Amino acid sequence: MFETLSHLALQQYWWLLVSLLGALLVFLMFVQGGQTLIYTIGKSEVERAMLVNTLGRKWEFTFTTLVTFGGAFFASFPLFYSTSFGGAYWVWMIILFAFVIQAVSYEFRSRPNNLFGSKTYEIFLFVNGLIGTILIGVAVATFFTGANFYINEMNQSHWATSLHGLEALLNLHNLTLGLTIFFLARVLGLLYFINSIDDDVLYDRSVKHLFYNAIPFVVLFLIFVVWLLLRDGFAVNNETMMVYMEPFKYWHNLLSMPIVFISLFVGVIGVLYGIVVALIRKSTNGIWFSGIGTVLTVLSLFLLAGFNNTSFYPSYADMQSSLTIENSSSSKFTLTVMSYVSLLIPFVVGYIYYAWRAINKRKIDRDEMESKEIHIY
Amino acid sequence: MEHIDLSLVDWSRAQFALTAMYHWVFVPLTLGLSFIIAFMESIYVKTGDEKWKKTTRFWMKLFGINFAIGVATGIILEFEFGTNWSNYSWFVGDIFGAPLAIEGIMAFFMESTFIAVMFFGWDKVSKKFHLTATWLTAIGANISALWILVANAWMQNPVGMQFNPDTARMEMVNFWDVLYSPSAISKFIHTTTSGFVLAAVFVIGISSWFLLKKRHQLMAKRSMLVSSVFGIIASITLIVSGDSSARDIAKYQPVKFAAMEALYEGKTQAPLVAIGLIGKLNYDSITKDTKDDFLIKIEIPNMLSYLAFMDPNAFVPGIKDLVLGNEDYNILSVIEKIKRGYVAQQSLKLYKETEKTDKVLHEALKAKFTDSQWLNTYFRYFGYGSYYDDDSKIMESNAFKVVPPVSLTFYAFHLMVILGGHFLLLFLIVLYLVVINRIEKYKIVLYTALWTIPLVYIASQSGWIVAEVGRQPWVIQDLMTTMNAVSKIDSSSVIITFILFAVLFTGLLIAELGIMIKQIKIGPKDGGH
Ligand code: HDD
Ligand code: HEM
Ligand code: HEM
Repeated sequence: MFETLSHLALQQYWWLLVSLLGALLVFLMFVQGGQTLIYTIGKSEVERAMLVNTLGRKWEFTFTTLVTFGGAFFASFPLFYSTSFGGAYWVWMIILFAFVIQAVSYEFRSRPNNLFGSKTYEIFLFVNGLIGTILIGVAVATFFTGANFYINEMNQSHWATSLHGLEALLNLHNLTLGLTIFFLARVLGLLYFINSIDDDVLYDRSVKHLFYNAIPFVVLFLIFVVWLLLRDGFAVNNETMMVYMEPFKYWHNLLSMPIVFISLFVGVIGVLYGIVVALIRKSTNGIWFSGIGTVLTVLSLFLLAGFNNTSFYPSYADMQSSLTIENSSSSKFTLTVMSYVSLLIPFVVGYIYYAWRAINKRKIDRDEMESKEIHIY
Repeated sequence: MEHIDLSLVDWSRAQFALTAMYHWVFVPLTLGLSFIIAFMESIYVKTGDEKWKKTTRFWMKLFGINFAIGVATGIILEFEFGTNWSNYSWFVGDIFGAPLAIEGIMAFFMESTFIAVMFFGWDKVSKKFHLTATWLTAIGANISALWILVANAWMQNPVGMQFNPDTARMEMVNFWDVLYSPSAISKFIHTTTSGFVLAAVFVIGISSWFLLKKRHQLMAKRSMLVSSVFGIIASITLIVSGDSSARDIAKYQPVKFAAMEALYEGKTQAPLVAIGLIGKLNYDSITKDTKDDFLIKIEIPNMLSYLAFMDPNAFVPGIKDLVLGNEDYNILSVIEKIKRGYVAQQSLKLYKETEKTDKVLHEALKAKFTDSQWLNTYFRYFGYGSYYDDDSKIMESNAFKVVPPVSLTFYAFHLMVILGGHFLLLFLIVLYLVVINRIEKYKIVLYTALWTIPLVYIASQSGWIVAEVGRQPWVIQDLMTTMNAVSKIDSSSVIITFILFAVLFTGLLIAELGIMIKQIKIGPKDGGH
C-alpha cells in the first residue's frame, strides 16, 4: 500500500511521525522536570524516595522515546542527522552526557555501596532535568532560527564555526524556547506528582510550586510564539527549490494549514486548562489535559517548521545549503520499508498502555516505600 | 584525497571503540541472563515452589543493576554515528538508519515496558502475566541485538543496495537481502549465543562462590543446573556459528581472514595454527618482504583450508597474495583495485561537474552508474580510490594500508576460540557434578568457575576486536575507508569528549561493580528487593 505513495507523500508522512515522536518526547520530559524538583518538594528521605520512585517508573519511556526519535530521524532524514549531529557536536554531546548520568541514577541511588553516595545520583538527576530540557529546547529552536553549516555537492557537511553548536546558546530566541521547555517540564512534573502520589503534604507543596512555575512558563511561551510568528522564515520556492527569506513565514504557514492552526490552538488551551483545573478545582487530572495539549502544541510547531515549502533546518551560513524534508530524506524505497514498520506503532502504544494500567492501579504512598516486597529505587 | 587530520580519525576511532566496548561489557549479560531468569521463573510458576521465586528474584536484581548501565552506554553509540561519523551517516544512512529505527520501534519499547512489569509487577499482576513479561523482556533484548547486528553485518558485507550519483550515497534496493545476508545470520546467532554463554558462566561462577562460602547452597546448585544446560546448548551453537562466521569472512573479507591466521603466503592444504606466538609484533606497515614470524606454533594440517572452504585442498590466499595479486588464483592486486576505484571516484566527480555544463557527458556518466558491468569492474572498488596517488611509489606503499593490524587480530581470534573450548568443557563438568550431587566436593572446579568470569568477558571483547579491528581500514568493506567516514571537527573536541567518556564510564563501572558485589554478598535474603 505504501508503494503507491509518491516520494513526497512518504517524506511528509515521516516528517509527521518524527514530529509526533518529538512531541511525545517533550511531554514525557515531565520526568526531567520532576527531577529538578526532588529537593523542592521532598523535604525528608521518605518524601524524596516517593518522588524518585514515581518518576522512576516512567524514566525509561522518556529515554526510549529519545532514542527512537534519534533513530527515526536518522533513518528518514539522514542528511539532518549527519549535518546536525556532526556539526553541532557540543550541544548534542552535552545532551547525551546529561542522559547517560540519568540512566544509572535511579537504579544506583538507593543501593548500598554505590561509590558516590545517593546525593550524587540525586544531583545527576537534577543536572539531567536542567540541561536536558534547556538544550533540547535550544536545539529544536534552531529549526526556526537556523544553524551555521554548509553542504557540498557530495552532500557532506561542514560547520562554519568552531563553537560547534554552542553558538546556538547565544541566540535569545533559542534560549526562550529552551527555558520554556524547562518550565513546561516542571509544570508537567508537578501535575504528574499531583496525579500519582497519594500524600497530602506532597500534594500541597506540588500545587504551590505549580503556580510558581506556570507563570514563567506562560510568559516565556508567549514570547517565543509571538516572536516566531513575527519573524522572517526560510521559505523554499517549489519550482526552483531555491531558499529565500519570507517575512512572517510561520504566520503564513499557520494560515495556509488550518488544521495545524486548530491543533496549536487546542493544544495551548489544553495545557492551560490542565494547569487551571489543578490549581483551582483541585483536580488530579491536570496532567492529562496539559499532556495532550503539549503533544498537540509541539506537533504543530514541528509541522510549521517542515511543511508548506519551508526549510526545517535552515543554514544561515549558506542559505542554499538549508535542509528541507525533500532534499534530506531517505530514498523512496527505504521510506516505504520503514512505513510498513510504522504500522507496528499502534500495537506498541497498545501494549504500553495495557502494561502500565496493570501496574499503576495503586498510587505511590508512604507504606509502599517501607515495604520490602517490591522493587524500590 | 582531501586532507584529513590523522589524529582526528584516531581519536574518533578510539572514542568509538571505548564506548562500544563499554556497551559490550553490559549487553551480553543482559542478553543471556534475561533468558536464564525466564527459565527460572517458568519453573517457579510450574512448581509453585517459593524457593525458585527467591532464586529468580535474586538474579533479577543483578540483572536490573547491569541493565541500567547497559542502557546508559547505548545511547551514546547511537548518536555517535552522527556526531563522529557524519560522512558515514550520510553515505550509508539510507540503509544503516533503518535498522536503528526499527530497533527503537520494535525492540527497545518492548524491553523497557515489560522490564517495568518484571520489576514492579510482582504483586500487582497475575503470575502468568508476570511470567509473560519476563519472557518478553528477554525476547525484546535479543531483538535489540538483531537489528544492530544486521547493520554491523552489512558494513562487513554490503549487499542489497545501489549507488545513487545524484545524492552521492548508497541506497537500499532490497530489504530482505540486507536482513537475510549470510553474514547477518551468522553474526546474529554467534553474538547472541556468546551473550548466553557469558551469562551462564556468570551465574555458575557466582554460584560457585556461594558454595565455597557454604551459603545459599540450594539456590546455587539449582542455578548451576539451569545455566550449565543452557550453557552447553549455547556453546555448541556458538562454536558452529563462529565457524560459519569464519567461512563468511574467508569469502567476503579475505584480508581479515588472512590476518586472523597471520597468514602471509597463500597455501593449498593450509594448516590451522591452533596455538601460536608471533615474534615481532608488527604494527608497522607490511612490505613485500615481510615474512611470518612465529616463535612457536602448533598446527593442525589442512584444517585452515577446510575451515575456510570446506575442502582440505583448497587454496587459502595470504596477505601478500591479496595485496600484490596472484594471477594463478585470479586475485587482483590492490594497486589495480586502487586504480579502478579511482576511476569510479573520478567519474562521480565529473558527473557532478558536468551537471550544469555538459548535459551529454552528464547523461553518459549517469548511465555508467546503472551499468552492471561497469559497476562490477570499477565501482565495486570505489573505496580503494582514496589510496590513489600520482606517484606510483607512494601508491605501492599505500597498497599495504588495506591490511589490518595483524598481531592484534591474530591473538584476539585465537584467544576467543581457545576460551570457547574451555567454557564448553567447564559447563559439561559442572553439569555432571551437579547431577551426581558432588559439586561442592570439587573445590578446584568451583575456583575455576569463579575465575572463568573475567575470562568470558575477555573472550567476548576479543570477538569484537577480531570483527572491528580486522576490517580496518574499511568502515564499509571496499566502499568507504574509516578515514573518509569521520566528521570534520577539530580533534581537540574529540579528545575532550574521549576523556570525559573514559572518566565517566570508568567511574560508573566501578560503582556498578561495587553495587553488584555488595548485592551478591547480601544474597537472596531480603525478599528480593
Ligand atoms: C563468549 C564469547 C565468544 C566465544 C567463546 C567465541 N566467540 Fe566468536 N565472537 C564473539 C564472541 C565469542 C562476539 C563478541 O560475539 C563476536 C564479535 C562480533 C561478532 O559477530 O561476534 C565474535 C566474532 C567472531 C568472528 C568475527 C566475525 C566478524 O568479523 O564479523 C569469528 C570468525 C568468530 N567469532 C569465530 C569464533 C569461533 C570459531 C569460536 C569457537 C569457539 C568463537 N568465535 C568463540
Ligand atoms: C554500535 C552500535 C550500537 C548502538 C548504536 C546501540 C544502541 C543502543 C541504545 C541506544 C540502547 C539503549 C536503549 C534503551 O533506551 O533502552 C542500547 C541498549 C541495548 N543494546 Fe545496544 N547498541 C549498539 C550495539 C549493540 C550490540 C552489538 C548489541 C548486541 C548484540 C546491543 C544490544 C543491546 C541491548 C540488549 C540493549 C538493552 C539494554 C542493555 O544494554 O542492557 N547493542 N543499545
Ligand atoms: C558492541 C560491540 C562492539 C564492539 C566491542 C566494537 C568494537 C570496536 C572497536 C574495538 C573499534 C575500533 C577499531 C579500530 O580502531 O581499529 C570499533 C570501531 C567501529 N565500530 Fe565497532 N564494535 C562493536 C559494535 C559495533 C557495531 C554494532 C557497529 C555498527 C553497527 C560498529 C561500528 C563501528 C564503527 C563505525 C567503528 C569506527 C570506525 C573504525 O574505527 O573502524 N561497531 N568498534
